[in-house]
Amino acid sequence: MMVFGVPLAELVRLMQAHLFLSGCAVLAAVIIGLPIAIWAAHHRQTGGILLGAISLAQTIPSLALLALFYPLLLLIGRATGWPIPALGFLPALLALAMYALLPIVRNGVAAIRGVDPALAEASDGLGMTPRQRLVFVELPLGAPVILAGIRTAAVWTIGTATLATTIGQPSLGDLIFSGLQTENWQRVLVGCIAAAGLALLVDALLALIEAGLAARSRPRWLAGLMLLLGVAVAAIAAPGSSGIGAKNPVVVIGAKNFSEQYILASLIEDRLRRAGYQIERRDNLGSAIAYRAVAAGDIDVYVDYAGTLWANVLGRRDNPARADVLATLTRELAQRDGVWLQGKLGFENAYVFAMKRQQADALGIRTLDDLAAKAPQLRLASDLEFLSRPEWQAVDKAYRLRFRQAKSYSPTFMYRAIQDGSADVISAFSSDGRIAARDLVTLVDTRHALPGYDAVLLLNRNAATDPNLVGALRPLIGKIDIGPMRQANWMVDRDEDKRTPAEAAKWLDSAVK
Amino acid sequence: MISLRNLEKTYAGRPALDQVSIAIARGAFVALVGASGAGKTTLLKAINRLVEVESGSIHVDGRDAAVLPLTELRRSIGYVFQGIGLFPHLTVAENIWMVPRLQGQAADRRKQRVAELLDLVSLPQDIAGRHPAQLSGGQAQRVGVARALAAAPSIMLMDEPFGALDPVTRSELGQAYRALHERIGLTTIMVTHDLAEALLLADRVVVLAGGRIVADLPPAELMAYRGNDAITAMIAVVMDQAARLEQLAARQ
Repeated sequence: MMVFGVPLAELVRLMQAHLFLSGCAVLAAVIIGLPIAIWAAHHRQTGGILLGAISLAQTIPSLALLALFYPLLLLIGRATGWPIPALGFLPALLALAMYALLPIVRNGVAAIRGVDPALAEASDGLGMTPRQRLVFVELPLGAPVILAGIRTAAVWTIGTATLATTIGQPSLGDLIFSGLQTENWQRVLVGCIAAAGLALLVDALLALIEAGLAARSRPRWLAGLMLLLGVAVAAIAAPGSSGIGAKNPVVVIGAKNFSEQYILASLIEDRLRRAGYQIERRDNLGSAIAYRAVAAGDIDVYVDYAGTLWANVLGRRDNPARADVLATLTRELAQRDGVWLQGKLGFENAYVFAMKRQQADALGIRTLDDLAAKAPQLRLASDLEFLSRPEWQAVDKAYRLRFRQAKSYSPTFMYRAIQDGSADVISAFSSDGRIAARDLVTLVDTRHALPGYDAVLLLNRNAATDPNLVGALRPLIGKIDIGPMRQANWMVDRDEDKRTPAEAAKWLDSAVK
Repeated sequence: MISLRNLEKTYAGRPALDQVSIAIARGAFVALVGASGAGKTTLLKAINRLVEVESGSIHVDGRDAAVLPLTELRRSIGYVFQGIGLFPHLTVAENIWMVPRLQGQAADRRKQRVAELLDLVSLPQDIAGRHPAQLSGGQAQRVGVARALAAAPSIMLMDEPFGALDPVTRSELGQAYRALHERIGLTTIMVTHDLAEALLLADRVVVLAGGRIVADLPPAELMAYRGNDAITAMIAVVMDQAARLEQLAARQ
């Protein structure tokens, strides 16, 4: 069954994961935040400093906060030697809990400080200990205000949890991010509406409890609490919670944030499922995070590109022959990080500069040298990371490209930009189906500034020593040509007769055989 | 028996208590009067240590208040104040039972004890299940008195207890409390800014000014006292008002 083009089972699974993550984060924030609030309310000076520090954490953009927990946990894991998962649930939980802390602490302090001075005097005069005063007077009277803070935190958290996708934790953000990348607006919309719906539902239930507490009506707040518990149970209930108690070994497949990566991850998923494995996906990983994740063992297998690994992971600036690059990578990644490069898939996804055929012909641009001469009149649209990558520095050094304007877009909007004339040149990928479909030409890299970008299969130590797994993936090595890959990408990226990455993967699977 | 010796307390350099010593016998009804800032509330609150004095000693029934656990000291002394401070989220019965609950008394005694206390302060029994918001001002302060008496203290500290009530209720409650004081054999110390109330209720009136005791006399003697101009003026106002009211009544 489908909900606006999204399989119901997937939607339910993501909603459950989303709720579970948000619920745990808010719960953690309450458990940490309430004692802080109680302490801060009774110690004005130090409490003020503490509140300031929590407010400061709030000013970090949520996406950055999530991203920062990855290296932080990696570092802690390395320093202590403990097996701390740096990707997925834990960093998402920590970042979201930190975010949820402010409204809980702030309202908690306001609630306790807001207790009528006459009641404080009565509490003291009757001989209450500070603890009795807290339990008998301050907490019951402050409950509605404290709960209002928890409500705010819950709504924020459910919204922000969509970003957990970027650090490999499944959430409704999976629909939004992958929908954005593949221009599947239905997916984006379903993801947004589902997240908003969850936020509204939880908000309404907390509002019921809050009103019940304010009116001192036990049946009302108890009803709200029961319904909320019902939602919590639904979040951890059977169908979506994969892997719990499963017998089959679990393999975690990573994917960066573009169509080709989703398709290849789905292809790998299909092959491994057939070989009897349980699969977990970590989609939408940043380029740097994906490699570190496989090195740290947070993901077992993913597809990367030789040139990216060469420049970003090994930090090399030279540009030797492609066979040498591959041999060096295979040796060094294994030695240094225990990452096994099983082999190249066959096609290449290199950075290329592309222009509209008509404009390139008119300006007489065929090579990057030609481009450099005309660059001052032209506008570049690049993807989000290209301008900060070593490849761009290498090209810039070789050709001295000085564009009139250079702007970054997410890949989807980059193609829109050249289509609607707000850019003249884009940094495209050679396997992108849109190059041929939109009648763009790629410019020749005469000075060989850009390295080769053979797609390669990377496995972590555990996966590499599993002969069954390695055997299941072996048939893919060297078998995926540029033509079928472009076609599969185009199936996902085109506007009409769009296919999901999973469908394109099925098609590609048959093309491989 | 309460014995205070050489109490000192300053607020921002101004003395609120300046070498104050006083002994109060069991069963006494003492009113503390004086202008605002004279130190009467500070003196009252020093006894159950809601205010901590800087020097001096406080003995309650022979025990040093400074070494007694704070909660034990306060639970053994009834405290009633103008703000009343009934807990709005608790019923009247729960409010009254608060100190016994803090002391860990068995909850099965609650019903009977609350009934006794409601009787004592002349409130109907059906009030026990209500919340404070449903009470009139006079009823609320009667509950406040009942709450202070719940653990059967022998001493009551009252800080302008009837100050916020309308004159009729105020007078009624004052007399009812005085009767209660007699009946249970309480020792009462009451702060009031109303000299007439002090003269009519107390059997000993202590006048404070600038943190010192300037007079400490039974009501009748205080009215005849001429040793302090400020006191003379205070008494004159009360007497003058009474005389004019009497004239007014006589004209009818």
